[in-house]
Amino acid sequence: MKYVLSDSFVITKRQILQLARIPELLIFSTIQPVMFVLLFRFVFGGSISTDQPGGYVQLLMPGIFVQTVAFTLAATASGLAEDMKKGLIDRFRSLPISRGALVIGRTFGDALLNILVLVVMAIAGVAVGWRPTSGFMRISLGFLFLFAFGYALSWIGIYVGLVVQDARVVQNVGFLVTFPMTFLSNAFAPTTGMPKALQYVAEWNPVSSMVAACRQLFGLKNKFGATATSWPSQHPLATSLLYMIVLMAIFVPLSIRKYANTSS
Amino acid sequence: MKTIIAEHLIKTYDKGAVRALDDLSLDVTEGTVLSVLGPNGAGKTTTVRILATLLKPDSGNAQVAGIDVIKHPDKVRELIGLSGQYAAVDETLTGWDNLVMFGRLYHLGKQQSINRANELLERFSLTESARRPIKTYSGGMRRRLDLAASLIVQPKVLFLDEPTTGLDPRGRMEMWGVIEELVKGGVTLLLTTQYLEEADQLADEIAVIDRGIVIARGTSDLLKRQVGGERLEVTVENHQLAETTQIIEKISGQSAQIDAALRKISAPVSTGSTALIEALRALDEVGIHPLDIGLKRPSLDDVFLSLTGHVAEEAVAEPVKKKRRAKK
Repeated sequence: MKYVLSDSFVITKRQILQLARIPELLIFSTIQPVMFVLLFRFVFGGSISTDQPGGYVQLLMPGIFVQTVAFTLAATASGLAEDMKKGLIDRFRSLPISRGALVIGRTFGDALLNILVLVVMAIAGVAVGWRPTSGFMRISLGFLFLFAFGYALSWIGIYVGLVVQDARVVQNVGFLVTFPMTFLSNAFAPTTGMPKALQYVAEWNPVSSMVAACRQLFGLKNKFGATATSWPSQHPLATSLLYMIVLMAIFVPLSIRKYANTSS
Repeated sequence: MKTIIAEHLIKTYDKGAVRALDDLSLDVTEGTVLSVLGPNGAGKTTTVRILATLLKPDSGNAQVAGIDVIKHPDKVRELIGLSGQYAAVDETLTGWDNLVMFGRLYHLGKQQSINRANELLERFSLTESARRPIKTYSGGMRRRLDLAASLIVQPKVLFLDEPTTGLDPRGRMEMWGVIEELVKGGVTLLLTTQYLEEADQLADEIAVIDRGIVIARGTSDLLKRQVGGERLEVTVENHQLAETTQIIEKISGQSAQIDAALRKISAPVSTGSTALIEALRALDEVGIHPLDIGLKRPSLDDVFLSLTGHVAEEAVAEPVKKKRRAKK
Protein backbone atom coordinates (compact mmCIF):
# COMPACT_ATOMS: atom_id res chain seq x y z
CA MET A 1 0.00 0.00 0.00
CA LYS A 2 2.83 2.40 0.72
CA TYR A 3 3.59 2.55 -2.99
CA VAL A 4 0.10 3.55 -4.18
CA LEU A 5 1.03 7.15 -4.82
CA SER A 6 4.53 6.62 -6.17
CA ASP A 7 3.32 3.85 -8.50
CA SER A 8 0.49 6.08 -9.67
CA PHE A 9 2.94 8.89 -10.38
CA VAL A 10 5.05 6.56 -12.52
CA ILE A 11 1.94 5.84 -14.59
CA THR A 12 1.13 9.56 -14.78
CA LYS A 13 4.65 10.26 -15.90
CA ARG A 14 4.19 7.70 -18.65
CA GLN A 15 1.23 9.69 -19.93
CA ILE A 16 3.23 12.89 -19.91
CA LEU A 17 6.01 11.14 -21.81
CA GLN A 18 3.46 9.94 -24.35
CA LEU A 19 2.38 13.54 -24.91
CA ALA A 20 6.00 14.54 -25.30
CA ARG A 21 6.56 11.76 -27.86
CA ILE A 22 3.38 12.54 -29.78
CA PRO A 23 3.02 16.31 -29.53
CA GLU A 24 0.11 16.17 -32.02
CA LEU A 25 -1.99 14.65 -29.22
CA LEU A 26 -1.41 17.68 -27.05
CA ILE A 27 -1.97 20.13 -29.88
CA PHE A 28 -5.27 18.61 -30.96
CA SER A 29 -6.62 18.13 -27.47
CA THR A 30 -6.18 21.88 -26.94
CA ILE A 31 -7.26 22.99 -30.42
CA GLN A 32 -10.65 21.32 -30.10
CA PRO A 33 -11.91 23.30 -27.10
CA VAL A 34 -10.55 26.51 -28.60
CA MET A 35 -12.46 25.71 -31.78
CA PHE A 36 -15.64 25.29 -29.72
CA VAL A 37 -15.09 28.67 -28.09
CA LEU A 38 -14.73 30.35 -31.46
CA LEU A 39 -17.64 28.49 -33.09
CA PHE A 40 -20.14 29.12 -30.33
CA ARG A 41 -19.02 32.67 -29.77
CA PHE A 42 -19.31 33.69 -33.41
CA VAL A 43 -21.97 31.30 -34.78
CA PHE A 44 -24.53 31.25 -31.97
CA GLY A 45 -23.37 34.38 -30.15
CA GLY A 46 -24.95 36.61 -32.77
CA SER A 47 -28.36 34.97 -32.77
CA ILE A 48 -28.92 34.26 -29.10
CA SER A 49 -30.16 37.49 -27.63
CA THR A 50 -29.45 38.17 -24.01
CA ASP A 51 -29.61 41.15 -21.71
CA GLN A 52 -26.42 39.91 -20.09
CA PRO A 53 -23.96 42.78 -19.75
CA GLY A 54 -20.91 41.86 -21.81
CA GLY A 55 -22.99 39.70 -24.09
CA TYR A 56 -23.56 36.00 -24.69
CA VAL A 57 -19.88 35.15 -24.36
CA GLN A 58 -20.11 35.73 -20.58
CA LEU A 59 -22.77 33.02 -20.33
CA LEU A 60 -21.14 30.83 -22.94
CA MET A 61 -17.67 30.45 -21.42
CA PRO A 62 -18.74 28.65 -18.22
CA GLY A 63 -20.81 26.34 -20.45
CA ILE A 64 -17.88 25.53 -22.70
CA PHE A 65 -15.55 25.06 -19.76
CA VAL A 66 -17.91 22.51 -18.25
CA GLN A 67 -18.48 20.77 -21.57
CA THR A 68 -14.76 20.44 -22.14
CA VAL A 69 -13.98 18.98 -18.74
CA ALA A 70 -16.96 16.64 -19.20
CA PHE A 71 -15.23 15.25 -22.29
CA THR A 72 -12.49 14.01 -19.94
CA LEU A 73 -14.81 11.07 -19.41
CA ALA A 74 -14.36 9.93 -22.99
CA ALA A 75 -10.65 10.68 -23.04
CA THR A 76 -9.97 8.67 -19.90
CA ALA A 77 -12.13 5.80 -21.07
CA SER A 78 -10.53 5.48 -24.48
CA GLY A 79 -7.01 5.89 -23.12
CA LEU A 80 -7.56 3.05 -20.68
CA ALA A 81 -9.30 0.86 -23.26
CA GLU A 82 -6.33 1.37 -25.55
CA ASP A 83 -4.01 -0.02 -22.88
CA MET A 84 -6.29 -2.98 -22.25
CA LYS A 85 -6.26 -3.83 -25.93
CA LYS A 86 -2.51 -3.89 -26.26
CA GLY A 87 -1.92 -6.51 -23.61
CA LEU A 88 0.12 -3.90 -21.78
CA ILE A 89 -2.31 -4.31 -18.94
CA ASP A 90 -1.09 -7.89 -18.43
CA ARG A 91 2.43 -6.66 -17.93
CA PHE A 92 1.29 -4.07 -15.40
CA ARG A 93 -0.75 -6.66 -13.58
CA SER A 94 2.14 -9.09 -13.42
CA LEU A 95 4.27 -6.47 -11.67
CA PRO A 96 4.27 -6.16 -7.89
CA ILE A 97 2.60 -2.75 -8.09
CA SER A 98 -0.21 -1.60 -5.88
CA ARG A 99 -3.75 -2.29 -6.87
CA GLY A 100 -5.31 0.63 -8.60
CA ALA A 101 -2.09 2.49 -9.38
CA LEU A 102 -2.67 2.09 -13.10
CA VAL A 103 -6.12 3.66 -13.04
CA ILE A 104 -5.31 6.25 -10.38
CA GLY A 105 -2.24 7.29 -12.36
CA ARG A 106 -4.36 7.73 -15.48
CA THR A 107 -6.87 9.96 -13.70
CA PHE A 108 -3.95 12.12 -12.50
CA GLY A 109 -2.61 12.35 -16.03
CA ASP A 110 -5.94 13.38 -17.48
CA ALA A 111 -6.37 15.91 -14.68
CA LEU A 112 -3.01 17.47 -15.54
CA LEU A 113 -4.05 17.67 -19.16
CA ASN A 114 -7.27 19.38 -18.06
CA ILE A 115 -5.32 22.11 -16.28
CA LEU A 116 -3.51 22.89 -19.48
CA VAL A 117 -6.70 22.80 -21.54
CA LEU A 118 -8.50 25.11 -19.10
CA VAL A 119 -5.65 27.60 -19.23
CA VAL A 120 -5.63 27.62 -23.03
CA MET A 121 -9.40 28.01 -23.14
CA ALA A 122 -9.40 30.82 -20.62
CA ILE A 123 -6.92 32.69 -22.79
CA ALA A 124 -9.04 32.06 -25.87
CA GLY A 125 -12.12 33.22 -23.94
CA VAL A 126 -10.50 36.44 -22.87
CA ALA A 127 -9.42 36.99 -26.47
CA VAL A 128 -13.04 36.82 -27.65
CA GLY A 129 -14.41 39.08 -24.96
CA TRP A 130 -14.94 36.97 -21.84
CA ARG A 131 -14.50 39.15 -18.75
CA PRO A 132 -15.23 37.48 -15.41
CA THR A 133 -15.98 40.15 -12.83
CA SER A 134 -15.91 38.35 -9.50
CA GLY A 135 -12.30 38.86 -8.49
CA PHE A 136 -9.30 36.58 -8.31
CA MET A 137 -10.41 34.36 -5.43
CA ARG A 138 -13.82 33.47 -6.82
CA ILE A 139 -12.53 32.99 -10.33
CA SER A 140 -9.87 30.62 -8.99
CA LEU A 141 -12.53 28.77 -7.04
CA GLY A 142 -14.50 28.46 -10.27
CA PHE A 143 -11.57 26.81 -12.00
CA LEU A 144 -11.02 24.57 -9.00
CA PHE A 145 -14.63 23.45 -9.38
CA LEU A 146 -14.11 22.76 -13.08
CA PHE A 147 -10.94 20.82 -12.37
CA ALA A 148 -12.64 18.74 -9.68
CA PHE A 149 -15.63 18.03 -11.91
CA GLY A 150 -13.35 16.77 -14.68
CA TYR A 151 -11.54 14.59 -12.18
CA ALA A 152 -14.78 13.09 -10.86
CA LEU A 153 -16.00 12.34 -14.39
CA SER A 154 -12.72 10.74 -15.32
CA TRP A 155 -13.56 8.01 -12.78
CA ILE A 156 -16.73 7.26 -14.72
CA GLY A 157 -14.44 7.12 -17.74
CA ILE A 158 -12.25 4.54 -15.98
CA TYR A 159 -15.27 2.39 -15.33
CA VAL A 160 -16.54 2.71 -18.90
CA GLY A 161 -13.07 1.89 -20.24
CA LEU A 162 -12.82 -1.23 -18.07
CA VAL A 163 -16.28 -2.45 -18.95
CA VAL A 164 -16.25 -1.76 -22.68
CA GLN A 165 -12.54 -2.41 -23.37
CA ASP A 166 -12.72 -1.67 -27.07
CA ALA A 167 -11.23 1.73 -27.80
CA ARG A 168 -13.51 2.42 -30.79
CA VAL A 169 -16.67 1.42 -28.94
CA VAL A 170 -15.51 3.43 -25.95
CA GLN A 171 -15.26 6.54 -28.13
CA ASN A 172 -18.90 6.11 -29.12
CA VAL A 173 -20.09 5.37 -25.61
CA GLY A 174 -18.17 8.41 -24.39
CA PHE A 175 -19.91 10.68 -26.87
CA LEU A 176 -23.25 9.03 -26.25
CA VAL A 177 -22.92 9.96 -22.57
CA THR A 178 -21.29 13.37 -22.84
CA PHE A 179 -23.23 14.89 -25.72
CA PRO A 180 -26.74 14.68 -24.26
CA MET A 181 -25.28 15.49 -20.88
CA THR A 182 -23.76 18.72 -22.07
CA PHE A 183 -26.48 19.82 -24.47
CA LEU A 184 -29.46 18.86 -22.33
CA SER A 185 -28.44 21.58 -19.92
CA ASN A 186 -28.26 25.31 -19.50
CA ALA A 187 -24.74 25.37 -20.97
CA PHE A 188 -25.45 26.96 -24.35
CA ALA A 189 -29.05 28.07 -24.34
CA PRO A 190 -31.61 28.90 -21.63
CA THR A 191 -33.61 25.83 -20.66
CA THR A 192 -36.85 27.81 -21.00
CA GLY A 193 -36.95 26.93 -24.68
CA MET A 194 -37.20 23.22 -23.95
CA PRO A 195 -40.37 21.17 -23.46
CA LYS A 196 -41.36 21.28 -19.81
CA ALA A 197 -40.38 17.70 -19.05
CA LEU A 198 -36.90 18.25 -20.46
CA GLN A 199 -36.56 21.40 -18.40
CA TYR A 200 -36.72 19.28 -15.26
CA VAL A 201 -34.14 16.86 -16.64
CA ALA A 202 -31.88 19.74 -17.56
CA GLU A 203 -32.29 21.32 -14.15
CA TRP A 204 -31.16 18.17 -12.36
CA ASN A 205 -28.38 17.48 -14.84
CA PRO A 206 -25.01 17.79 -13.06
CA VAL A 207 -23.73 19.78 -16.02
CA SER A 208 -26.40 22.43 -15.43
CA SER A 209 -25.50 22.68 -11.78
CA MET A 210 -21.85 22.99 -12.69
CA VAL A 211 -22.53 25.66 -15.31
CA ALA A 212 -24.74 27.55 -12.91
CA ALA A 213 -22.10 27.25 -10.18
CA CYS A 214 -19.39 28.55 -12.49
CA ARG A 215 -21.54 31.43 -13.69
CA GLN A 216 -22.13 32.35 -10.09
CA LEU A 217 -18.42 32.11 -9.27
CA PHE A 218 -17.50 34.17 -12.31
CA GLY A 219 -19.88 36.91 -11.19
CA LEU A 220 -23.02 36.29 -13.27
CA LYS A 221 -26.64 36.08 -12.27
CA ASN A 222 -28.40 32.86 -13.11
CA LYS A 223 -31.71 32.99 -14.87
CA PHE A 224 -33.92 29.98 -14.56
CA GLY A 225 -36.88 28.51 -16.37
CA ALA A 226 -39.94 26.65 -15.20
CA THR A 227 -38.02 24.88 -12.48
CA ALA A 228 -36.51 27.95 -10.91
CA THR A 229 -37.65 26.97 -7.45
CA SER A 230 -35.99 23.55 -7.55
CA TRP A 231 -33.19 22.87 -5.10
CA PRO A 232 -30.39 22.52 -7.69
CA SER A 233 -31.41 25.84 -9.23
CA GLN A 234 -31.33 27.55 -5.89
CA HIS A 235 -28.06 25.98 -4.69
CA PRO A 236 -25.87 25.25 -7.71
CA LEU A 237 -22.60 25.27 -5.75
CA ALA A 238 -23.77 22.82 -3.14
CA THR A 239 -25.46 20.64 -5.76
CA SER A 240 -22.33 20.46 -7.89
CA LEU A 241 -20.20 19.58 -4.92
CA LEU A 242 -22.68 16.93 -3.90
CA TYR A 243 -22.76 15.44 -7.39
CA MET A 244 -18.98 15.22 -7.45
CA ILE A 245 -18.81 13.55 -4.05
CA VAL A 246 -21.52 11.06 -4.97
CA LEU A 247 -19.92 10.23 -8.32
CA MET A 248 -16.53 9.65 -6.73
CA ALA A 249 -18.02 7.65 -3.88
CA ILE A 250 -19.65 5.34 -6.40
CA PHE A 251 -17.11 5.11 -9.19
CA VAL A 252 -13.75 5.11 -7.39
CA PRO A 253 -14.38 1.88 -5.45
CA LEU A 254 -16.37 0.39 -8.32
CA SER A 255 -13.57 1.04 -10.82
CA ILE A 256 -10.78 -0.17 -8.57
CA ARG A 257 -12.66 -3.36 -7.84
CA LYS A 258 -13.47 -3.81 -11.51
CA TYR A 259 -9.82 -3.32 -12.40
CA ALA A 260 -8.68 -5.83 -9.79
CA ASN A 261 -11.13 -8.39 -11.15
CA THR A 262 -10.64 -7.73 -14.84
CA SER A 263 -9.08 -10.70 -16.58
CA SER A 264 -8.49 -12.55 -13.37
CA MET B 1 12.99 -29.35 -6.21
CA LYS B 2 9.94 -28.31 -8.18
CA THR B 3 9.82 -24.58 -8.76
CA ILE B 4 6.56 -24.53 -10.67
CA ILE B 5 3.69 -26.80 -9.73
CA ALA B 6 0.22 -26.83 -11.25
CA GLU B 7 -2.27 -29.37 -9.97
CA HIS B 8 -5.63 -30.23 -11.47
CA LEU B 9 -6.23 -26.79 -12.94
CA ILE B 10 -9.68 -26.27 -14.35
CA LYS B 11 -10.71 -23.08 -16.08
CA THR B 12 -13.89 -22.52 -18.05
CA TYR B 13 -15.11 -19.50 -19.96
CA ASP B 14 -18.58 -18.42 -20.92
CA LYS B 15 -20.22 -20.14 -17.98
CA GLY B 16 -18.67 -23.49 -18.66
CA ALA B 17 -19.31 -23.54 -22.40
CA VAL B 18 -15.60 -23.40 -23.16
CA ARG B 19 -13.31 -25.61 -21.12
CA ALA B 20 -9.92 -23.98 -21.55
CA LEU B 21 -8.21 -26.14 -18.94
CA ASP B 22 -9.58 -29.53 -18.13
CA ASP B 23 -7.68 -30.92 -15.14
CA LEU B 24 -4.25 -29.81 -16.22
CA SER B 25 -1.24 -30.69 -14.07
CA LEU B 26 2.41 -30.03 -14.66
CA ASP B 27 5.59 -29.17 -12.83
CA VAL B 28 9.00 -27.75 -13.60
CA THR B 29 12.19 -28.66 -11.77
CA GLU B 30 14.33 -25.80 -10.50
CA GLY B 31 16.73 -24.46 -13.09
CA THR B 32 15.26 -26.40 -16.02
CA VAL B 33 13.17 -25.52 -19.03
CA LEU B 34 9.74 -26.98 -19.65
CA SER B 35 8.16 -26.35 -22.98
CA VAL B 36 4.40 -26.51 -23.16
CA LEU B 37 3.65 -27.52 -26.70
CA GLY B 38 0.24 -27.36 -28.27
CA PRO B 39 -1.89 -25.81 -31.01
CA ASN B 40 -3.90 -22.60 -30.70
CA GLY B 41 -6.64 -23.00 -28.16
CA ALA B 42 -5.03 -25.91 -26.35
CA GLY B 43 -4.83 -23.89 -23.13
CA LYS B 44 -1.20 -22.74 -23.23
CA THR B 45 -1.88 -19.08 -22.62
CA THR B 46 -4.49 -19.83 -19.97
CA THR B 47 -1.95 -21.97 -18.11
CA VAL B 48 0.67 -19.22 -18.22
CA ARG B 49 -1.83 -16.58 -17.14
CA ILE B 50 -2.86 -18.61 -14.13
CA LEU B 51 0.73 -19.31 -13.09
CA ALA B 52 1.63 -15.65 -13.58
CA THR B 53 -1.26 -14.51 -11.30
CA LEU B 54 -3.26 -12.88 -14.11
CA LEU B 55 -6.11 -15.33 -13.99
CA LYS B 56 -7.72 -17.40 -11.28
CA PRO B 57 -8.59 -21.02 -12.05
CA ASP B 58 -12.06 -22.33 -11.31
CA SER B 59 -10.39 -25.02 -9.25
CA GLY B 60 -6.99 -26.56 -8.70
CA ASN B 61 -3.74 -25.44 -7.11
CA ALA B 62 -0.67 -23.69 -8.36
CA GLN B 63 2.62 -22.86 -6.72
CA VAL B 64 5.58 -20.86 -7.89
CA ALA B 65 8.79 -21.10 -5.85
CA GLY B 66 6.80 -22.63 -3.03
CA ILE B 67 4.28 -19.79 -2.88
CA ASP B 68 0.59 -20.32 -3.54
CA VAL B 69 -0.29 -18.39 -6.68
CA ILE B 70 -3.94 -17.99 -5.82
CA LYS B 71 -3.52 -17.00 -2.17
CA HIS B 72 -0.44 -14.80 -2.43
CA PRO B 73 -0.30 -13.34 -5.94
CA ASP B 74 1.62 -10.28 -4.72
CA LYS B 75 4.50 -12.37 -3.42
CA VAL B 76 4.61 -14.39 -6.62
CA ARG B 77 4.73 -11.22 -8.72
CA GLU B 78 7.95 -10.20 -7.01
CA LEU B 79 9.66 -13.39 -8.20
CA ILE B 80 8.47 -13.89 -11.73
CA GLY B 81 9.03 -12.41 -15.14
CA LEU B 82 6.41 -12.69 -17.87
CA SER B 83 6.69 -12.07 -21.56
CA GLY B 84 3.60 -12.66 -23.62
CA GLN B 85 2.55 -13.33 -27.17
CA TYR B 86 2.11 -9.67 -27.79
CA ALA B 87 4.89 -7.33 -26.89
CA ALA B 88 3.42 -5.80 -23.75
CA VAL B 89 5.20 -2.49 -23.82
CA ASP B 90 4.14 1.08 -24.44
CA GLU B 91 4.55 1.58 -28.16
CA THR B 92 4.62 5.35 -28.11
CA LEU B 93 7.47 5.45 -25.64
CA THR B 94 11.08 4.62 -26.39
CA GLY B 95 12.69 1.36 -25.34
CA TRP B 96 14.60 3.22 -22.68
CA ASP B 97 11.46 4.96 -21.35
CA ASN B 98 9.73 1.61 -21.05
CA LEU B 99 12.50 -0.14 -19.17
CA VAL B 100 13.01 2.75 -16.77
CA MET B 101 9.26 2.90 -16.15
CA PHE B 102 9.06 -0.81 -15.39
CA GLY B 103 12.11 -0.50 -13.15
CA ARG B 104 10.31 2.19 -11.16
CA LEU B 105 7.24 -0.01 -10.93
CA TYR B 106 9.41 -2.79 -9.50
CA HIS B 107 10.36 -0.13 -6.93
CA LEU B 108 13.97 0.17 -7.93
CA GLY B 109 15.30 3.64 -7.21
CA LYS B 110 15.55 6.15 -10.03
CA GLN B 111 19.28 5.70 -10.63
CA GLN B 112 19.03 1.95 -10.26
CA SER B 113 16.18 1.84 -12.78
CA ILE B 114 18.26 3.81 -15.26
CA ASN B 115 21.32 1.61 -14.76
CA ARG B 116 19.31 -1.55 -15.15
CA ALA B 117 17.64 -0.23 -18.30
CA ASN B 118 21.02 0.57 -19.85
CA GLU B 119 22.38 -2.84 -18.89
CA LEU B 120 19.46 -4.70 -20.41
CA LEU B 121 19.45 -2.64 -23.60
CA GLU B 122 23.13 -3.41 -24.00
CA ARG B 123 22.62 -7.11 -23.34
CA PHE B 124 19.83 -7.41 -25.90
CA SER B 125 21.67 -5.34 -28.53
CA LEU B 126 19.10 -2.57 -28.37
CA THR B 127 21.34 0.27 -27.26
CA GLU B 128 21.30 1.91 -30.67
CA SER B 129 17.50 1.96 -30.78
CA ALA B 130 17.09 2.83 -27.11
CA ARG B 131 15.89 6.36 -27.83
CA ARG B 132 13.46 5.45 -30.58
CA PRO B 133 9.75 4.80 -29.99
CA ILE B 134 8.93 1.10 -29.89
CA LYS B 135 6.54 1.45 -32.79
CA THR B 136 9.55 1.90 -35.06
CA TYR B 137 11.05 -1.43 -33.87
CA SER B 138 10.98 -4.64 -35.88
CA GLY B 139 9.02 -7.60 -34.52
CA GLY B 140 12.17 -9.23 -33.23
CA MET B 141 13.34 -6.07 -31.48
CA ARG B 142 9.95 -5.66 -29.80
CA ARG B 143 10.08 -9.17 -28.45
CA ARG B 144 13.60 -8.66 -27.19
CA LEU B 145 12.57 -5.47 -25.45
CA ASP B 146 9.56 -7.23 -24.00
CA LEU B 147 11.81 -9.98 -22.72
CA ALA B 148 14.18 -7.38 -21.28
CA ALA B 149 11.25 -5.83 -19.43
CA SER B 150 10.48 -9.17 -17.82
CA LEU B 151 14.07 -9.49 -16.60
CA ILE B 152 14.38 -6.23 -14.72
CA VAL B 153 14.53 -7.78 -11.27
CA GLN B 154 16.33 -10.95 -12.38
CA PRO B 155 13.38 -13.23 -11.80
CA LYS B 156 13.88 -16.73 -10.45
CA VAL B 157 11.04 -17.96 -12.61
CA LEU B 158 10.31 -16.86 -16.13
CA PHE B 159 7.21 -17.44 -18.23
CA LEU B 160 7.49 -16.97 -21.97
CA ASP B 161 4.25 -17.32 -23.86
CA GLU B 162 4.98 -18.09 -27.51
CA PRO B 163 8.06 -15.89 -27.60
CA THR B 164 8.69 -16.40 -31.30
CA THR B 165 5.18 -16.61 -32.78
CA GLY B 166 4.96 -14.21 -35.68
CA LEU B 167 8.70 -13.64 -35.97
CA ASP B 168 10.57 -14.18 -39.19
CA PRO B 169 13.24 -16.92 -39.20
CA ARG B 170 16.00 -14.50 -38.37
CA GLY B 171 14.08 -12.99 -35.47
CA ARG B 172 13.35 -16.48 -34.24
CA MET B 173 17.02 -17.49 -34.30
CA GLU B 174 17.98 -14.32 -32.43
CA MET B 175 15.32 -14.97 -29.83
CA TRP B 176 16.46 -18.53 -29.35
CA GLY B 177 20.01 -17.31 -28.79
CA VAL B 178 18.80 -14.85 -26.17
CA ILE B 179 16.70 -17.48 -24.39
CA GLU B 180 19.58 -19.98 -24.39
CA GLU B 181 21.77 -17.37 -22.71
CA LEU B 182 19.13 -16.86 -20.04
CA VAL B 183 18.83 -20.54 -19.34
CA LYS B 184 22.56 -20.76 -18.77
CA GLY B 185 22.07 -18.17 -16.05
CA GLY B 186 20.02 -20.69 -14.09
CA VAL B 187 16.50 -19.35 -14.42
CA THR B 188 13.57 -21.76 -14.23
CA LEU B 189 11.69 -21.35 -17.47
CA LEU B 190 8.26 -22.31 -18.65
CA LEU B 191 7.91 -21.66 -22.34
CA THR B 192 4.90 -22.24 -24.54
CA THR B 193 5.17 -22.82 -28.23
CA GLN B 194 3.38 -24.16 -31.27
CA TYR B 195 6.63 -25.36 -32.80
CA LEU B 196 8.13 -28.73 -32.00
CA GLU B 197 11.41 -27.46 -33.37
CA GLU B 198 11.46 -24.68 -30.81
CA ALA B 199 10.67 -26.99 -27.93
CA ASP B 200 13.36 -29.29 -29.22
CA GLN B 201 15.93 -26.53 -29.30
CA LEU B 202 15.24 -24.94 -25.94
CA ALA B 203 13.55 -27.34 -23.56
CA ASP B 204 14.79 -30.00 -21.17
CA GLU B 205 11.35 -31.45 -21.09
CA ILE B 206 8.21 -31.09 -23.17
CA ALA B 207 4.59 -31.27 -22.10
CA VAL B 208 2.21 -31.67 -25.02
CA ILE B 209 -1.21 -30.26 -24.28
CA ASP B 210 -4.47 -30.50 -26.15
CA ARG B 211 -7.93 -29.33 -25.17
CA GLY B 212 -6.77 -28.24 -21.74
CA ILE B 213 -4.97 -31.36 -20.61
CA VAL B 214 -1.42 -32.71 -20.76
CA ILE B 215 -1.49 -35.63 -23.16
CA ALA B 216 2.18 -36.49 -23.23
CA ARG B 217 5.24 -35.55 -21.36
CA GLY B 218 8.94 -36.27 -21.65
CA THR B 219 12.15 -35.31 -23.35
CA SER B 220 12.04 -34.40 -27.00
CA ASP B 221 13.70 -37.71 -27.97
CA LEU B 222 11.09 -39.67 -26.09
CA LEU B 223 8.26 -37.82 -27.77
CA LYS B 224 9.77 -38.22 -31.19
CA ARG B 225 10.15 -41.93 -30.62
CA GLN B 226 6.48 -42.01 -29.72
CA VAL B 227 5.67 -40.22 -32.92
CA GLY B 228 7.83 -42.63 -34.85
CA GLY B 229 10.70 -40.42 -35.86
CA GLU B 230 11.23 -39.57 -39.50
CA ARG B 231 8.79 -40.35 -42.27
CA LEU B 232 9.39 -41.05 -45.89
CA GLU B 233 7.03 -39.08 -48.12
CA VAL B 234 6.50 -39.70 -51.82
CA THR B 235 4.24 -37.93 -54.30
CA VAL B 236 3.45 -39.78 -57.53
CA GLU B 237 0.92 -39.83 -60.36
CA ASN B 238 -2.51 -41.21 -59.60
CA HIS B 239 -2.14 -44.52 -61.41
CA GLN B 240 1.11 -45.22 -59.58
CA LEU B 241 -0.34 -44.86 -56.10
CA ALA B 242 -1.04 -48.54 -55.41
CA GLU B 243 2.29 -49.83 -56.64
CA THR B 244 4.24 -47.12 -54.86
CA THR B 245 2.41 -47.81 -51.61
CA GLN B 246 3.51 -51.43 -51.74
CA ILE B 247 7.13 -50.48 -52.26
CA ILE B 248 7.11 -47.89 -49.48
CA GLU B 249 5.44 -50.21 -47.01
CA LYS B 250 8.05 -52.83 -47.74
CA ILE B 251 10.88 -50.42 -46.97
CA SER B 252 9.15 -49.03 -43.91
CA GLY B 253 7.93 -52.31 -42.54
CA GLN B 254 4.81 -50.47 -41.38
CA SER B 255 1.57 -49.49 -43.01
CA ALA B 256 1.66 -46.29 -45.03
CA GLN B 257 -0.71 -43.34 -44.94
CA ILE B 258 -2.15 -42.40 -48.28
CA ASP B 259 -3.47 -38.98 -49.13
CA ALA B 260 -5.21 -39.65 -52.43
CA ALA B 261 -6.09 -36.01 -53.03
CA LEU B 262 -2.46 -34.92 -52.84
CA ARG B 263 -1.29 -38.27 -54.31
CA LYS B 264 1.05 -38.48 -51.34
CA ILE B 265 2.16 -41.63 -49.53
CA SER B 266 4.02 -41.50 -46.26
CA ALA B 267 5.36 -44.07 -43.83
CA PRO B 268 7.66 -44.06 -40.82
CA VAL B 269 11.26 -45.07 -41.41
CA SER B 270 14.13 -45.58 -39.00
CA THR B 271 17.12 -45.72 -41.33
CA GLY B 272 17.08 -42.11 -42.51
CA SER B 273 18.70 -41.41 -45.88
CA THR B 274 19.36 -45.11 -46.48
CA ALA B 275 15.60 -45.64 -46.69
CA LEU B 276 15.38 -42.73 -49.10
CA ILE B 277 17.97 -44.24 -51.43
CA GLU B 278 16.35 -47.67 -51.20
CA ALA B 279 13.01 -46.22 -52.10
CA LEU B 280 14.37 -44.31 -55.09
CA ARG B 281 16.08 -47.42 -56.42
CA ALA B 282 13.05 -49.64 -55.95
CA LEU B 283 10.78 -47.09 -57.64
CA ASP B 284 13.23 -46.60 -60.49
CA GLU B 285 13.32 -50.36 -61.13
CA VAL B 286 9.57 -50.37 -61.81
CA GLY B 287 9.80 -47.20 -63.84
CA ILE B 288 8.17 -44.82 -61.36
CA HIS B 289 9.74 -41.38 -61.10
CA PRO B 290 8.19 -39.61 -58.15
CA LEU B 291 7.11 -35.97 -58.45
CA ASP B 292 8.48 -35.40 -55.01
CA ILE B 293 10.24 -37.54 -52.46
CA GLY B 294 11.83 -36.76 -49.15
CA LEU B 295 12.37 -37.41 -45.49
CA LYS B 296 10.14 -35.42 -43.18
CA ARG B 297 10.96 -34.83 -39.56
CA PRO B 298 7.97 -35.13 -37.26
CA SER B 299 6.01 -31.92 -37.02
CA LEU B 300 3.64 -30.83 -34.32
CA ASP B 301 0.87 -32.17 -36.51
CA ASP B 302 2.48 -35.58 -36.48
CA VAL B 303 2.87 -35.48 -32.72
CA PHE B 304 -0.76 -34.64 -32.46
CA LEU B 305 -1.95 -37.16 -34.89
CA SER B 306 0.04 -39.82 -33.16
CA LEU B 307 -0.97 -38.84 -29.63
CA THR B 308 -4.58 -37.88 -30.06
CA GLY B 309 -5.67 -39.39 -33.31
CA HIS B 310 -6.83 -35.98 -34.51
CA VAL B 311 -5.09 -33.18 -36.31
CA ALA B 312 -4.22 -30.07 -34.33
CA GLU B 313 -7.17 -27.75 -34.76
CA GLU B 314 -7.27 -24.03 -34.90
CA ALA B 315 -11.00 -23.99 -34.31
CA VAL B 316 -10.94 -24.05 -30.51
CA ALA B 317 -9.16 -20.71 -30.48
CA GLU B 318 -9.00 -18.96 -27.16
CA PRO B 319 -11.24 -15.92 -27.38
CA VAL B 320 -8.94 -13.22 -26.08
CA LYS B 321 -11.60 -10.63 -25.52
CA LYS B 322 -14.02 -12.92 -23.79
CA LYS B 323 -11.27 -14.14 -21.60
CA ARG B 324 -10.67 -10.68 -20.30
CA ARG B 325 -14.30 -10.27 -19.51
CA ALA B 326 -14.43 -13.45 -17.51
CA LYS B 327 -14.71 -12.44 -13.92
CA LYS B 328 -13.44 -15.10 -11.59
